[in-house]
Amino acid sequence: MEWIRLIGIVIIVIGFVLKLDTIAVVLIAALVTGLVSGISFMEILAILGEAFVNNRLVTLFFLTLPMIGLSEHFGLKSQATNLIKKMKSLTSGRMLTLYQFIRELAAFFSIRVQGQTQFVRPIVDPMVQAASKLKYDHVEEEDVEILKAKSAASENIGNFFAQNTFIASSGTLLIAGTMESLGYDISPVAVAQASIPIALIALALAATNNYLLDKRLDRKYGKRNHSKKEGSK
Amino acid sequence: MNLDSVKEFLSEVSAFLQLHIPEFLEFFFVLVGLQLLYTAYRVLRQKDHPAKIGTALFWIFLGILFAGGKVVPAEVSGIILFGIGILTLLKQVKLGKVESNTAEEQEKYASKYGNKIFIPAILLAFTAVAIAQFTPLGGQVGIGAAAVISLMVAMILFKASPKLMLSQSDRMVQQVGSVGILPQLLAALGVLFTAAGVGDVISDLISGFVPEGNQLIGVIAYVLGMVIFTMIMGNAFAAFTVITAGIGIPFVIAQGADPVIAGALAMTAGFSGTLMTPMAANFNALPAALLEMKNPNGVIKAQTPMALILIVIHIALMYFWAF
Repeated sequence: MEWIRLIGIVIIVIGFVLKLDTIAVVLIAALVTGLVSGISFMEILAILGEAFVNNRLVTLFFLTLPMIGLSEHFGLKSQATNLIKKMKSLTSGRMLTLYQFIRELAAFFSIRVQGQTQFVRPIVDPMVQAASKLKYDHVEEEDVEILKAKSAASENIGNFFAQNTFIASSGTLLIAGTMESLGYDISPVAVAQASIPIALIALALAATNNYLLDKRLDRKYGKRNHSKKEGSK
Repeated sequence: MNLDSVKEFLSEVSAFLQLHIPEFLEFFFVLVGLQLLYTAYRVLRQKDHPAKIGTALFWIFLGILFAGGKVVPAEVSGIILFGIGILTLLKQVKLGKVESNTAEEQEKYASKYGNKIFIPAILLAFTAVAIAQFTPLGGQVGIGAAAVISLMVAMILFKASPKLMLSQSDRMVQQVGSVGILPQLLAALGVLFTAAGVGDVISDLISGFVPEGNQLIGVIAYVLGMVIFTMIMGNAFAAFTVITAGIGIPFVIAQGADPVIAGALAMTAGFSGTLMTPMAANFNALPAALLEMKNPNGVIKAQTPMALILIVIHIALMYFWAF
């Protein structure tokens, strides 16, 4: 029964679904997998202990926290917010693209934000909605919903596909650490550089997508300040 | 002094530095350890912490693993690790009070410093890349050195006292919290999975319908494996360690792909999965609730076409660029 070795993955999935404590779930998955594969308890302790210490690199980003904390104390987030607030008189689509660009840039410079709570809800979504209401007077409920979803998406896509371009992001360090454990010695800086193309591609795709959204809204609601309601269901 | 002797001197310096990279890294790990122990000290000093002893122990254990990892026997490290697991399982690790200034104060500072506020963060990225590119020290030491240098610059720029620096370090460490060590723990899990042969089982499973020796099919299996496992687990980091050992190494990298490019793309391929799964609640369900959307899966619906296009792009990019 080779398959029984996959029990660790099942444990992780169940643990994550039931939202049990993540660290404990991972350790239990490791313990059970080791035991069913015939590794003794002491050996499991040694493998995990050694592997954890050898992968300290993955948590090296803690060393950047005091600088980021100080920058926050002296107004890092306020200034980032100020910059975004200056971008007025944009269409919804352009605003979405601009935010994703800013988000990718922030990820590159390791500005740690919880974008959905800090930017999307209080700033991005209101500005995106305001831009379309200003332009078309009236926007239907279904399009308001789409714009909301797009605001959240521009945060997620900007965050995910640009975060590894920062040399000390935990994803980049994990890639380097895992490869090293598997016998390939690679530099996190090289990983960060190899992550740049996909960040740019994600930005270009989103920009195209947002441009098409603007066009679609233009077609549906007509140009500036025409309160025609054609195409409504 | 002639040019040759300068060159000779430089190459000697370079060889010396390269030889001592492990010591430099160990130094940075000791610094992280001290940073964690300081947080433990702050927790202990706090009067009304909801789980004082457990939380302090958590940071002390981690601090020992970071600062003393090299000298602590592997079995003892393993026991300490399980100690950490027991503490978090029993919910004995909690965020205490952290010192943080008000939004108004931050606004005031922001208007005082303007865009200069970004200098330390920008410096961090540039210094790390510069050290990696132009010195023999490499990317890992680059990150540690850049972190220290940019902190110095921030302290000078903001005229911040060491006391303020320490309290900010504590605030950030506590806010990142136990989640911060999860990637490292998942990396260790990957090592154990490899030792237990989990990767072999998955690669046997995959090889049942993927012919070995075909680079394109290998790439497709690696990318889709990352996407599917990320959607199941809701976490690309957890999927990465398992899928890279099971599919990435035997079907892609062993066939000649560059591990840097393949690894970088596999991780972001996993993120395409994150865009499509309700398991990643923080990214998909949370904004739907925050924005008071009617459909709780509205964000996933809006992201799925983009995610599908990105999956195809990942396959093409890995196939043409990594080989």
